[in-house]
Amino acid sequence: MTAITLNIIVQGILTGLVYGLMALGLSVIFGVMRVVNFAHGEFTVVAMYAAFLLFDMLGVSPLVSLLPIAAAFFFLGYVLQRTLVEPFVSRAEHEQFILLVGLATVVVNGLLLIFGPDARPINLPYSFDSYTVGSLFIDKVRVFAALGAFAICIALFLFFRYTRTGTAIRACADNLTGAGVVGLNVKQLYAVTFGLGFACIGAAGTLMATIADASPGLAPAYTLLAFVIVIIGGLGSMAGALVGGVLIGISEALAGFYIQPSMKSMFSFALLILVLVLRPQGLMGRRL
Amino acid sequence: MRDIWQRLPTRGKTFCLAALAAAIAAPLVADRYLLSVLILVFYFAYLGQAWNLLMGFAGQLSLGHALYLGLGAYTATALWTLFGIGPWIGVFIAIPVAAAAGMIVGWLGWRFAIEGVYFALLTIAFAEFTRIGFDHLQITGASAGLFLSVNSPGSDKWWNLGGGPLLYYYLALILAAAATLLVAWLRRSPLGYRWLAVREDPEAAQAAGIDIFRAKMIAMLISASMTAVGGVFYGFYYRNLFPSQVFDIGRSIEIIMAPIIGGLGTVFGPIVGAILLTPLGESLTALMQHFGINTPGAKSIFYGLTLMVIITLQPSGVWPWLARKLGLDRPRA
Repeated sequence: MTAITLNIIVQGILTGLVYGLMALGLSVIFGVMRVVNFAHGEFTVVAMYAAFLLFDMLGVSPLVSLLPIAAAFFFLGYVLQRTLVEPFVSRAEHEQFILLVGLATVVVNGLLLIFGPDARPINLPYSFDSYTVGSLFIDKVRVFAALGAFAICIALFLFFRYTRTGTAIRACADNLTGAGVVGLNVKQLYAVTFGLGFACIGAAGTLMATIADASPGLAPAYTLLAFVIVIIGGLGSMAGALVGGVLIGISEALAGFYIQPSMKSMFSFALLILVLVLRPQGLMGRRL
Repeated sequence: MRDIWQRLPTRGKTFCLAALAAAIAAPLVADRYLLSVLILVFYFAYLGQAWNLLMGFAGQLSLGHALYLGLGAYTATALWTLFGIGPWIGVFIAIPVAAAAGMIVGWLGWRFAIEGVYFALLTIAFAEFTRIGFDHLQITGASAGLFLSVNSPGSDKWWNLGGGPLLYYYLALILAAAATLLVAWLRRSPLGYRWLAVREDPEAAQAAGIDIFRAKMIAMLISASMTAVGGVFYGFYYRNLFPSQVFDIGRSIEIIMAPIIGGLGTVFGPIVGAILLTPLGESLTALMQHFGINTPGAKSIFYGLTLMVIITLQPSGVWPWLARKLGLDRPRA
């Protein structure tokens, strides 16, 4: 393997970890509530703009604003679930879908109205620096973004594994009736889950803003990207989201370099169709 | 056909005839602008009927109908610009192309038991895949678009769809009326009842001996073919095609608006939805221009909000409610 290919694969893995964090939010929400958040990419771009505004107006580095934005998004998700999504949890799939498609349309066009179609880059002082490891040149911002994404994923794994709330949420996902019977406050837990999904979006969007320029046009593409990743990895599987993210990151990077940047998502969709046909439950998903 | 007519309540018959007569006579009084709005109303009513067949009757959510629209539009316009084959012949090539795409999506999805949300995502994936493909297809102009020349020989003749708005008005009216008749007939056919059974309870339908895969595939075949015809209309009416517009997911959402607002799974829902929605959107645009606001996103925000409000308050659509109010509904047979 040539040094260039290796370089591209490493870049792909790093970007893929951020994709994975974004997709993790979608996976968590779906895995627990069986609701597909069709406005996922739209809110990711909202987070990118939040990071951009904080940097542009107050000079706050995205690595600093990461946790505050994630916390604010937790709140946003919590409130959205309580007000808008809650009545839809038990309704037909296509009704949930249409509600969130409507929300996505409002958000993306709201962004267009406020910020216009132009891309907004965050130019950090070290934006163009890179680490050299042997023959590898790795972008500094990409390393930071990937490390941040990975750390947050680990934190979320630990939360679901070891805390009382995390265990309770998993109980809701496994057996909703049972969870209600033993006295869990399902509505509250659903709102927390939606909040956690949105915290992933907030964090992923903030990190994404350092490696990609915020623009409203990204939103539908990110929604689709998150879906593709989650289905490839396996809906509801947390590890699957990360694996899927890295796979798509690598595929995008390779296709972008060797074929054409504008054709990179064609390969992601081809990968999706392949996985749906050969292994519909996803690479790490349980048998349907 | 007579059966459908006789089943309508008396007030419904009067209402249908009056509406049809008004639609036929409309060009006598309507100016060019109003005519263009009415063309859009019938166009969306037609596409809504096509989509409603698959979602409203067979219960399969497709969010990628832009695929069939775009394939229909591109096939017919490319045949015209590259080989001089007119749209009346081109449409019979456009239909099998789009139908084949529908068959591939349906086969892949339903053969491998991809249901509900997964199926909807598969339809989006195919539409996006095709959009990017056409963005790089040099023969149809790639992302720079495909344009119909206005001064090539014979392009002004009606048999090449070269007429003015009047031609397109009656064409759209005929399409919408024919689609409504077809849907009303299918709704009462054995096939229609099979679709409803598949929508309501696939397992029970299968246990009752219905080949659910076949039923869904037929719904897809008809729906994709009808959408392709709408695509040919789109291509020749607008006379320019860009992959980023025709295959866009926004296009797919535009198609599903009228039937959802009007009433999923009803025969008149898509028409009512289109009549309500299109003039609303148009007057909103006109109002904003009047006040000097020139913002591209505002109309879409309005559409998005409408979707959210309707699906929250009136998930079965406006038509069932309206029909009750007007006394046009009949006791369910």
